[in-house]
Amino acid sequence: MLRAVRRPTGHRISHRLSKPALTGLRSFTSSSARHADITLTVDGKEVTVPQGTALIQACEAAGSTVPRFCYHDRLAIAGNCRMCLVEVERAPKPVASCAMPAMPGAKVFTNTPMVHEAREGVMEFLLANHPLDCPICDQGGECDLQDQSMRYGSDRTRFHEITGKRAVENKDFGPLVKTSMNRCIQCTRCVRFANEVAGVEELGTTGRGNDMQIGTYVEKAMDSELSGNVIDLCPVGALTSKPYAFHARPWELKNTESIDVMDALGSNIRIDSRGVEVMRIQPRTNDDVNEEWISDKTRYGYDGLKFQRLTVPLVRQGARFEAVSWEHALAAIYDGLATSGAKGDEIKAVAGHLADTESLVALKDLINRLGSDNLALDQEGGDTAPVHGVDIRSNYLFNTTVPGLDRADAILLVGTNPRHEAAVLNSRIRRSWLHTSLEVGWIGERADPAYSYDYLGEDLNAVNDFVAGKGAFAEKFKAAKRPMIIIGSAVAEHPDGAAAYAALAKYVEANKNKFVTPEWNGFNTLQRIASRPAAYDIGFIPSKKASATKPKFLYLLNADEIKPSSIPKDAFVVYQGHHGDHGASLADVVLPAAAYTEKSTTWINLEGRAQLGRAAVPPPGASREDWKIIRALSEVLGVPLPYDDVMTLRDRLWEVCPSLVKYDVTEPVSSDVVLAGLKHLSSAKGPVKATTPLKKPITNFYQTDPISRASVTMAQCTRAFVQGENHGFSEYGKASQANFG
Amino acid sequence: MWRGPSRARALARPSITRRTLATVTETPVRRYGGLKDQDRIFTNAFCRHDHGLKGALTRGDWHRTKDILLKGDSWIIQTIKDSGLRGRGGAGFPSGLKWSFMNKPGWEKDKRPRYLVVNADEGEPGTCKDREILRGDPHKLVEGCLVAGRAMNASAAYIYIRGEFYQEAMHLQQAVDEAYKAGFIGKNACGSGYDFDVYIHRGAGAYICGEETALIESLEGKQGKPRLKPPFPADVGLFGCPTTVANVETVAVAPTICRRGGAWFASFGRARNQGTKLFCISGHVNNPCVIEEEMSIPLKELIERHCGGVRGGWDNLLGIIPGGSSVPVLPIKTCGEVLMDYDSLKDAQSGLGTGAVIVMDKSTDIVKAIARFSHFYKHESCGQCTPCREGTTWMMNMMDRMVEGRAHQREIDMLLELTKQVEGKTICALGDAAAWPIQGLMRHFRPEVEARIAAFRAANGPVLFGGRLKSETEPGLALPDNLGAHLDEDIARVAATPPTTSA
Repeated sequence: MLRAVRRPTGHRISHRLSKPALTGLRSFTSSSARHADITLTVDGKEVTVPQGTALIQACEAAGSTVPRFCYHDRLAIAGNCRMCLVEVERAPKPVASCAMPAMPGAKVFTNTPMVHEAREGVMEFLLANHPLDCPICDQGGECDLQDQSMRYGSDRTRFHEITGKRAVENKDFGPLVKTSMNRCIQCTRCVRFANEVAGVEELGTTGRGNDMQIGTYVEKAMDSELSGNVIDLCPVGALTSKPYAFHARPWELKNTESIDVMDALGSNIRIDSRGVEVMRIQPRTNDDVNEEWISDKTRYGYDGLKFQRLTVPLVRQGARFEAVSWEHALAAIYDGLATSGAKGDEIKAVAGHLADTESLVALKDLINRLGSDNLALDQEGGDTAPVHGVDIRSNYLFNTTVPGLDRADAILLVGTNPRHEAAVLNSRIRRSWLHTSLEVGWIGERADPAYSYDYLGEDLNAVNDFVAGKGAFAEKFKAAKRPMIIIGSAVAEHPDGAAAYAALAKYVEANKNKFVTPEWNGFNTLQRIASRPAAYDIGFIPSKKASATKPKFLYLLNADEIKPSSIPKDAFVVYQGHHGDHGASLADVVLPAAAYTEKSTTWINLEGRAQLGRAAVPPPGASREDWKIIRALSEVLGVPLPYDDVMTLRDRLWEVCPSLVKYDVTEPVSSDVVLAGLKHLSSAKGPVKATTPLKKPITNFYQTDPISRASVTMAQCTRAFVQGENHGFSEYGKASQANFG
Repeated sequence: MWRGPSRARALARPSITRRTLATVTETPVRRYGGLKDQDRIFTNAFCRHDHGLKGALTRGDWHRTKDILLKGDSWIIQTIKDSGLRGRGGAGFPSGLKWSFMNKPGWEKDKRPRYLVVNADEGEPGTCKDREILRGDPHKLVEGCLVAGRAMNASAAYIYIRGEFYQEAMHLQQAVDEAYKAGFIGKNACGSGYDFDVYIHRGAGAYICGEETALIESLEGKQGKPRLKPPFPADVGLFGCPTTVANVETVAVAPTICRRGGAWFASFGRARNQGTKLFCISGHVNNPCVIEEEMSIPLKELIERHCGGVRGGWDNLLGIIPGGSSVPVLPIKTCGEVLMDYDSLKDAQSGLGTGAVIVMDKSTDIVKAIARFSHFYKHESCGQCTPCREGTTWMMNMMDRMVEGRAHQREIDMLLELTKQVEGKTICALGDAAAWPIQGLMRHFRPEVEARIAAFRAANGPVLFGGRLKSETEPGLALPDNLGAHLDEDIARVAATPPTTSA
């Protein structure tokens, strides 16, 4: 018998152990009741699937591929393309396998004359009004209709009607999604995605019969951070990528599986490159992180990699930079360090948003070897140690984990707008909110996260009220079985941050039987910056003494958010990074480094999950991988770092924090340690102003880092969605939600 | 009657010359039709009397409804099962069985509300029976809602009435208001201790909203697009609750069946087709009418008795569509033979549908008539699923050309193939309904279509697939060989055949 459904191995072990005759032990896990399995026959093969599985999945499990257009396993079932018709014994008509649950004992046939006839008929109907403009269609080569017409299409058409084909006006969905509505086969995947996942409820169908159209009725741009996903979902070329239009064909592209760094979620991506150019970025399926969605910034920010790049080392000569050789640049740093006279903690390193883990470790080692502890982060209050500390991981990570989010029944969001800080994660909250009775509470600046929430207030007072149990939401939260508190990363940067953390930690401690159990940890910090969890993991923070020291030598590693006023006038500044952004303009020496698509490095996401990015293209010009630059510099400065290749460096990573190199898994923090961490937080004393509102840190989702600031597409998005410039007929409500939200 | 083999053998003995008493006699032929006035259910179908509560009470409505309710759900369902009532909306599913799906074992534990939805979205061309009930006998329907609702333990009934039925909606609303006021429905309906509400919802005129799941969607405030089944409405229906959708006539006859007994209702019509039914006869008859008649009445008798016959006599008949626009047309020969019930019409490759008889005499352009239906289905297709959305348009375009004759002979078979590609592949039955009239036309009137094509060809020269004339093509350009331009056909033979009207 073919075992169709992969069970988690943990379950299998527990299953075995739970047999009393075998060991008499208690099982390790107490898994929830599983649906009974049923057995059916597909094309003569027996297959066992859980009850309630759609027939199409049972067919897939049996190895019989069923063509489909409208069915998508992450969207609701529409059953309208009729391509997945199969024959079921004793059914008088062919059955749409996506909409039919698998029945025990059913005999299903996917390869009979009846099935072929049905599918060929449907294919003919789909092609009847399809323009067949494959040579000029961007979907060519990755088009479901094209692929399946090879199998089920006729070699010549019967459609010669003098009335001609249907013509549909194209819609304006904004700067990202290009429409060619003649090609639409009305599968409604985009409509379902927009309504269920993205929360753009305007998108729908209008008209009836052959006049049915996909659109927003009153034409307007599709204002969502996830809008690009409809391009992947569209099985034909009706929705294609506007920035990528006519740039490449899929068969010309090299695919590299990598990790996104535009937010801290660490979405799994596939970088499609041609030669040295990144042509596009697509999502990669990872159910534990991003499922198969990515945000628009992840998808479209790549064109920023082509502009404002640093390609050669630069040395400041008066008011301008001069291109120099690497030797010259490194020597200039040596001289700069010497002439600045920086000693000990006067040597300061600042780690920016896009610094990878390897280079962070290398830089920390270098700075430490130079006798300094002055390791700052490129953020508000980054010159001092963060309020949550870095000693206990659970204090700054998303402990519930991303898939764990689906099980929460009450969520309190404090000082965060997940829609902008982790757009894909936000869609998970929305999904839970849609399908379960999830309650969401909100403290901080108001925003529209695409689900409704109970608004508790905007400052520390609201946190204190909540902790004191005041208000309706606090009561609902008390009643929840799996409560979650999500603290935005901006809270730690807030003047009241320590107090807010202390209050919430006290609350969690008081309700620890619900919050901190072996299988549930409801205390979360939502990091928004890709490099931050790694920086905390390796302890990239200044000592108390160091943070009070005025630096004379600054090393900016991808630090582009830094305030010029925070740099002393006489300090010698080195910038290492890939874009000529704010940071580089402040520097005396600029070292060109590789961007995330050009280096194979480790990224730690907001759950503490280590993931390995891979280089898709070489770094441009004379730029080098970040850790190699630091390694070379250490040689020049006379404190050589003890690693010559990346494997040795990763050994060092393992020494610093083993979880940094345990790829693709999250390591849960044990309950005792979590409680110790909470104790540390709740005992903290911080200044309390209590009236400063908790602002959301991101006002413009589309431009948050040097790459997206250099991107033309992101600039267009900013104009369309943030500044609300006119698109189509959407005069009404000029400022879009990103402004309000 | 067959008495067994021994007697048969005895009869065969040559020595017996005398007829005995126990001879085999012919079963008396039972003739159907001629429903007596005392057996009519809808006694105010012509709207000659008061449609209000007072009039309804004089016609026997609401008479001891409480007792029916107190008999309980299983008694009502059993009575309906005994009566042999089949759904009057077209599909003809046994009503008692359908209602019993609501009372699955353990239904009491399900805390969801339960609904009866009455489908008064009568939009099928040719059908006008529900309208007469709503206009003349609305109390029958309201009482039916209560009785049927009690049978399926529903807490409320929603009557989805077609938007165009303005007067009917007013009469129905009046009846609901009166029934509330008299305490017949609402809290403690008829004093039975059973709470039951009736709501009226006016549709916006889409034919597809008469499909049961599309109706539910529409009632929920969404676009009227059919849902996928399973889950069936009896499990997940209106607002996610157990729901049964029933036709107006089915619901409205329920109280009378309960009062007069299942056996009384079952005494009409042939086995499995019992009961009385409202027939609406329209078209080329001398007296188009809506009439309640016994099931299984011969079609010819129905027309002769109630409609004053076909215009210009029976021999002037061209064809009859016996059950509304969605069933295939019957030629005159079959029309003289069929009985008006589900099985007989099914055997004649048509269907009873809603009982809407559309009579067409020889003055009818039958191709144009069917093409008009294709227009209707194209217009009313919801556009959700591919075969119907694309197929109805394609079929309409081809039918339009057939009317003119602007087609190739081979396209008739192609059209038939298209209808087969639509039929049975769609979410709801609208695809089937669009396909069947064309199949019926080609089954019985193909020579007529062929003759038109031949005539057009004779006048205009060869026609390519798709309707373009060969003469319109650019002579300097090569024609693709899949346009039928080079097919060698005996034009003269087809042109010489005189147009025949029936097969």
